[in-house]
Amino acid sequence: MLYREAGQFKTSYSADQGIFPILQDRIGMAILLAVAFVAVPLLASDYFLSTIFIPFLVFSVAAIGLNILTGYCGQLSLGTGGFMACGAYAAYKFATAFPELNIVVVFLLSGGVAAAVGVVFGVPSLRIKGFYLAVATLASQFFLIWLFTKVPWFVNYSPSGVISAPPREVFGWYVTGIEATAEAKYLFCLAFVAVLALVAKNLVRGRIGRAWMAIRDMDIAAEIIGIRPLQTKLLAFAVSSFYCGVAGALWAFIYTSSVEALAFDINRSFQILFMIIIGGLGSILGAFLGAAFIVLLPIFLSAVPQAMGVPVTTSTLAHLEFMIFGGLIVFFLIVEPHGLARLWQLAKEKLRLWPFPH
Amino acid sequence: MGRAHIARTIGDTLLKVDNVSLGFGGVKALTDVSFDIAKGEIRAIIGPNGAGKSSMLNCINGFYQPSQGSISYKGVVRGAMRPYEAARGGIARTFQNIALFKGMSTLDNIMTGRLLKMKRGFLWQCLHWGPAQAEEIAHRETVERVIDFLEIQAIRKTPVGRLPYGLQKRVELGRALAAEPELLLLDEPMAGMNLEEKEDMCRFILDVNEQFGTTIALIEHDMGVVMDISDRVVVLEYGRKIADGTPDTVKADPKVIAAYLGTGHG
Repeated sequence: MLYREAGQFKTSYSADQGIFPILQDRIGMAILLAVAFVAVPLLASDYFLSTIFIPFLVFSVAAIGLNILTGYCGQLSLGTGGFMACGAYAAYKFATAFPELNIVVVFLLSGGVAAAVGVVFGVPSLRIKGFYLAVATLASQFFLIWLFTKVPWFVNYSPSGVISAPPREVFGWYVTGIEATAEAKYLFCLAFVAVLALVAKNLVRGRIGRAWMAIRDMDIAAEIIGIRPLQTKLLAFAVSSFYCGVAGALWAFIYTSSVEALAFDINRSFQILFMIIIGGLGSILGAFLGAAFIVLLPIFLSAVPQAMGVPVTTSTLAHLEFMIFGGLIVFFLIVEPHGLARLWQLAKEKLRLWPFPH
Repeated sequence: MGRAHIARTIGDTLLKVDNVSLGFGGVKALTDVSFDIAKGEIRAIIGPNGAGKSSMLNCINGFYQPSQGSISYKGVVRGAMRPYEAARGGIARTFQNIALFKGMSTLDNIMTGRLLKMKRGFLWQCLHWGPAQAEEIAHRETVERVIDFLEIQAIRKTPVGRLPYGLQKRVELGRALAAEPELLLLDEPMAGMNLEEKEDMCRFILDVNEQFGTTIALIEHDMGVVMDISDRVVVLEYGRKIADGTPDTVKADPKVIAAYLGTGHG
């Protein structure tokens, strides 16, 4: 009843092409942003901020990155963890080599390094497709992690191989290091995520996004209307890896405050792939929904049996988590390949008509 | 019969196929085929199944490379080229089995036809504002004209996967038209359509040719349609050209009759 677009006439193409053409969506988004920027840091405890909200934001960036490559451009990749590691180590090297460099610049530069690496590993995509490409990206995953573990230059010759993120400030507030408060970290992360999500949305709704989707849906027809396959795919690899690299840098500097290769192993790649499958392939909203789902499910699983008074051991919980993820992925792949984002869209379509059936 | 009463200008040769042969291993798809397409005409390529019609179109738009012979476009002989280079040269096409981008809306599908003409760089695309937005809107206006022309306003925002077959064919024509091609290749634009849809499609093809002066090369099996709308017809059989000329001369050609109806063995 409340969700109606009747009476909202668009008189210009720019209004029709807006991200949120329906007024209710715009209001909803404004409220969501206000809650995220004001209410959450005021109300949420440090524990919630640093164990739920910050990892959710970091995962969202990585999921947007993978969704650009896999969901929009149709190139299956299992190298997400490797590209995140690239970003994390590049950020560490930049931050320690140029201490006076602003941390925002450091993160953007490290995204750029990850993008360059992504382009190199994206070159085989011209020749190989689908599962074979996935295996090629898997090679990049293992190679990159091996490189960061074996070459001591990347960790500035630290004997343990684990390094902590140096403290850096933005506008006089510490956002990394020990002195940084959870609120500052959260707001910094959120600002990054908001800008990156907007840029991703702009890319996918314009010329470049349409070229990606054309390659995804039918590469031969795309080539015949004049899209150059190699350039388009490599651009998708570059942008995707940039997002993954920034996510890796945020992970290392903001979330865990330490840089270690183990955090970016093959399991991380799979985890992010699960996010976009559950959240929705080819949707920016889906990346957020998938990230929220994967971050929240383990917490939900451990909280529910406790609340019901059922004693469940942690190992059972871990196994339960695997089983539920596995089941859900099979479910989504069969029933709704476009994931939670598609369910949300269907709900909105129903809501437009409600309470009438047609 | 014939379309001499309509004032159109049929000009010089736009595309010339010279002694083209194409083989896949031992199979000869095309043998020594030569014909030309004049600017502004509707040129039909007909022939029984497996005659090499689609292979001919694939050669023209750079999808296959002829093993022998040459193709010259606008007076220039082309070397080996990729399909996107043909697209840049102003050649657009549709496919026998629809090749739309199923995950995108009608509008976005037709917008992809404008991709080559959109120039704003990566950073502007990131902002989607100022010049990039102005460009997007300018192209949207062109695309809306194509949508109006094809009378598909109502399905603008519908994902093409949900559309019925006849409309999908129309959207595919729209995508090719959005590129404002000089040469439009249509591979069986009316295959699988009912009479009404065929009539609509014929009208669109004739209107495109008359209003925009687009040169059209089409493959079609419906002889009634071919004889009605085309200016000249080339007939292929087993990869060889057996006849070439106006619909009336081709229809009377004994080789063509034999190819279609078979020869008496009595």
